Amino acid sequence: MNYHWNWDIFWELSPDGVHTYFQTLMLGTAWTLITAACAWIIAFASGSIVGVVRTTPYAIAVRLGDVYVELFRNVPLLVQMFLWYFVFPEVVPHAFGTWLKQLPNGSFYTAVVALGLYMSARVAEQVRAGILSLPRGQRQAALALGLTLPQTYAYVLLPMTYRIIMPPLTSELLNTIKNSAVALTIGLMELTARARAMQEFSFQVFEAFTAATIIYIIINIVVTFAMRLLERRIAAPGYLGFRAPAAGH
Amino acid sequence: MITIDAISKWYGPTQVLRDCSAAVAKGEVVVVCGPSGSGKSTLIKCVNGLEPFQKGRIDVDGISVGDPKTDLPKLRARIGMVFQHFELFPHLSVLRNLTLPQIKVLGRNPDAARDKAVSLLDRVGLRVHAEKFPGQLSGGQQQRVAIARALAMDPIAMLFDEPTSALDPEMIQEVLDVMVGLAKDGMTMIVVTHEMSFARKVANRVAFMDKGEIVEDAPTADFFGKPRSERAQLFLSKILQH
Repeated sequence: MNYHWNWDIFWELSPDGVHTYFQTLMLGTAWTLITAACAWIIAFASGSIVGVVRTTPYAIAVRLGDVYVELFRNVPLLVQMFLWYFVFPEVVPHAFGTWLKQLPNGSFYTAVVALGLYMSARVAEQVRAGILSLPRGQRQAALALGLTLPQTYAYVLLPMTYRIIMPPLTSELLNTIKNSAVALTIGLMELTARARAMQEFSFQVFEAFTAATIIYIIINIVVTFAMRLLERRIAAPGYLGFRAPAAGH
Repeated sequence: MITIDAISKWYGPTQVLRDCSAAVAKGEVVVVCGPSGSGKSTLIKCVNGLEPFQKGRIDVDGISVGDPKTDLPKLRARIGMVFQHFELFPHLSVLRNLTLPQIKVLGRNPDAARDKAVSLLDRVGLRVHAEKFPGQLSGGQQQRVAIARALAMDPIAMLFDEPTSALDPEMIQEVLDVMVGLAKDGMTMIVVTHEMSFARKVANRVAFMDKGEIVEDAPTADFFGKPRSERAQLFLSKILQH
C-alpha cells in the first residue's frame, strides 16, 4: 500500500476557506449531538406514550400502538429518511410541500423526525416490556388506593419501569447517536458526512475516519458513563442496581 | 355495609365464581377460607372492582360496584386493601408510600398527610423506619406498612387478601396482632386467610369457598364446632391437624 500519512491535515484549511478540517469535524460533531438529542426527545416522549398505551386495558388503543410499533420498527431507517425527505413533501398539499422543501436546515428537521420516530418504536417496546415486568399487584395496589389509571402510571408504574429499563434504554440512546449518521444521505452535514467530505477533498481517508471513529467512541463512552451514574442515583434501595452507600453513614 | 348478591364471574369459558352471596355488616369481621383456586381472592377483588364480574350485584355503603356510572377510584379510596405480596411502592420511602395516596387521592395537604402517616406508623410499631425504603424492611414489616398505608385513607372497610401467606412463619404473628387490634377497634373486615387462630379469635363469621362457590357461611363457633358441609369438614381436618 502506498499511502501517504499526514496527521497534520487536521490543521489545514478546508475548501470552505474559513475552517480547518478539525473545525469542520467539530461542526459535524455538534450537528450529530443536536440531531441525536432532539431525536431522543421525540423517541423518549412518544415511545413512552405508545409503550404505556399498549399496556392499558383498552383493546383498540393497544392495537393502534401495536401498528405504530410495527410500522416504524420494520422499515429500514434509511428508507424512512428517504420517505420523509423525498416522498412526504410530494404527497401532502402542494403549498405545505413547497414550504417543507424550502425550509432552511430541512435535512436537520427531517432527520430529527425520522430518527425520533424510528427510535420511538424501540423505546415503546422497552417501556412496554418494563411495565409488564412489574408485579401485577403493583397496579392493583395503586388502583385499590383510589388512584386513577393515569395516576397509577405516573406515580407507581412508570417510576419503577424507567429504573428497570435503564440499561436497555442506554443502548437505545447510543443507537440514536450512531444512527444519526444515516442523515448524511439526506444531506445533513453531521460528523460522518464531514469525515467523508474531508476524505474527498484531502484524500486522507484513514485520518478522517480515524478521527470520526474516536469522536463517536468518546461521545458514547461519556453517555454510557452518565447513564450508569444516573441509574445508580435513582435506584430504589433494596432493589436491582442499588448499591448501599459506603459504611460510616 | 357490604352486600354481595349472586355474583358470577367467568374467565373466558371457565367459571370462577358461582352465584356467590354474602353480607357484611358494619363492624363485622368475616373470614373467607377454602382450598387454593377456590375463588376467594377473586371474590374480594370484586368487592372493590379490581376484578370485573359478569352477573350479580355488589353494594358497598349503598354504592353499586358494578355500575359503569360508579366513580370507582372514589369508591376504592374508601375501601382499604392489603395484598399477599404487600405491594408497597419500592421507589418511595415508607413515609411517601403512606402520604402519596392521601395527597393525590384525598387532596390532603402534605403536613396533614405526614401527621396521619406518622401516627399510623406508630400504631403498627414502625415509626423509626419511616425514612427507609420497602426493600430495606422484612416481609412482616412491609405488610404492617401496607396495612398502615390502607388505614391512612380512613377506609370504611378493609379487605385482606391472604395477608400472611407470603411471610416467614416468625413474622406472621406481628401482622396478625395488628389485624386483631383493628378488628377489636370495630373495623369492618373481610379477610381471606388460612390462619384459623385469627378466625377463632376475632371473626364473627367464617365463609368457606370451594370451586367458586360459597359452600358454607356460618357464625365462627358453629363453623368450627360442626361445619355442615362435607367439603368444609374435609378442609378443616386438613388444615387443623397441625
